[in-house]
Amino acid sequence: MSKLQLVLPSLAVIAVLLTVWWLAVVLTGSAIFPTPWQVVTGTLELAREGTLWDDIGASLMRVATGFLLAVSIAVPLGLWMGWVKGAFSTLNPLFQMLRPISPIAWIPIAILWFGVGNESPIFLIFISSVFPMVVQTTAGVHTIERRYLRAAENFGVSRYTLFRRVIIPAVLPQIIVGMRIGLGVAWLVVVAAEMIALRSGLGYLIIDSRNAGNRYDLVIGGMVIIGIIGLSLDGMMRLLEGLRTVRWRYAH
Amino acid sequence: MPTKIAVKDLRKGFPTEQGHLPVIDDVSFEVADGEFVAIVGPSGCGKSTLLNVIAGFDPPDRGSVTVDGSLATGPSSKRILMPQQGSVFPWLTVQQNLMFGLNGHAPGNREQIADHYAAIVGLKGFEMSYPHELSGGMLKRAELARALVVKPEVLYMDEPFSALDALMSLRMRKELLRILAEERHTVVLVTHDVEEAIHLADRILVLSARPTRIQMSFEVPFAHPRTLSSPAAQGLKEAVLRELGV
Ligand SMILES: Nc1ncnc2c1ncn2[C@@H]1O[C@H](COP(=O)(O)OP(=O)(O)OP(=O)(O)O)[C@@H](O)[C@H]1O
Ligand SMILES: [Mg+2]
Repeated sequence: MSKLQLVLPSLAVIAVLLTVWWLAVVLTGSAIFPTPWQVVTGTLELAREGTLWDDIGASLMRVATGFLLAVSIAVPLGLWMGWVKGAFSTLNPLFQMLRPISPIAWIPIAILWFGVGNESPIFLIFISSVFPMVVQTTAGVHTIERRYLRAAENFGVSRYTLFRRVIIPAVLPQIIVGMRIGLGVAWLVVVAAEMIALRSGLGYLIIDSRNAGNRYDLVIGGMVIIGIIGLSLDGMMRLLEGLRTVRWRYAH
Repeated sequence: MPTKIAVKDLRKGFPTEQGHLPVIDDVSFEVADGEFVAIVGPSGCGKSTLLNVIAGFDPPDRGSVTVDGSLATGPSSKRILMPQQGSVFPWLTVQQNLMFGLNGHAPGNREQIADHYAAIVGLKGFEMSYPHELSGGMLKRAELARALVVKPEVLYMDEPFSALDALMSLRMRKELLRILAEERHTVVLVTHDVEEAIHLADRILVLSARPTRIQMSFEVPFAHPRTLSSPAAQGLKEAVLRELGV
């Protein structure tokens, strides 16, 4: 099947949805809810004259900082917990307890500790993405097949070679899965955090558009942009899954 | 020839939900330096278990394994095990796999040595391929090459050719014999293929069903290259099969 044939059905669904939306607004004569076209013009206007690019930049910066911070902590921590039994039995119960707490629940504490600057959302993004990545990395170490560890032991390689040539590459596919989950959650959380505590970013854009004169065209425009950027971030992570050294895990 | 490996009064069992499962029931044998010993036995009798214990990966419940006169309690890079399910690292290329055990060589040198052995087993041109891009037979050859690269004194091979078709298996055997003629390794080969054992080994040990013991030992007195269709070879094959109850 050609690429066009693959995307055609989903394009058709979107087209139907837009038509239904447009008809509903026109038929009900709603004064507040915008038509799709109004969303497009409103967003274009915002892109030309308003703060759209600054808001996108602010959200992306926060996600990048919090996420990279989380990766740099979660990967070594996960490897350590996967490799050292004592570390796992000590820390895993704590992490399992912290993990189900929604990152949104941390917002009051984040504001208390870090105020309403950039540190709060970065902290929240860190909190939300670090746990899935630790869990995935740890599980990755635990699922390395014994025959590979035995082979490494048989050749009597140094600890450095063991980590560099066996443990890390064996776990890498799982780390990438964890990064995909982590980045996805981070993108959800940044919008929520910006709605509550901040004066910039896409979340703030949405809340501000509503508060400052019911600009629902901009609310929906912001939502669409959030969706598109989220999709692109996930696409970037999916590119990592195409690396030659991890394809063994995803190839069926 | 001096004794290379001495296995003495070996016993091994596993704890299971239904209680203790005895697998190896008192096995003793010796392997001379440079000798090729094949172990055959019914499926599930404990051949892999035996090889894992001898290679030092599982501790015996009782008994001992001695190599060159000293107790062998763990694995060593002088004795490489090629496990039944294979253990070529799927995340490394063929070349990286072959270089894996090479310590203390200059980096450029390591690649040269790895490529040399890749060529020996017929993997020239596939040095940069990943294992999932290889066929089953090529994977087995990569496994063999990775073991040979470190010039081990002993090779423990667990059904190395069993997943291959008859033609490929025959080719691999000839290849192995050619390599062994150049670099004298001591080999313990586990197989369920009696013809393969007769083709390769100096001696064949026949194991009984689980819990396993050595039921019979056959010398293979034929000079290489061997013709398996000769009456003497066929006679030996029938004798071994009789021991296996076929
Ligand atoms: N780790 C283990 N725990 C429990 N039982 C085991 C374990 N390893 C092997 N066994 C049992 O020991 C017996 C012998 O297994 P083993 O793999 O050594 O047989 P094998 O002779 O190599 O068989 P095959 O020819 O099919 O490869 C089997 O009954 C198996 O279930
Ligand atoms: Mg076996």
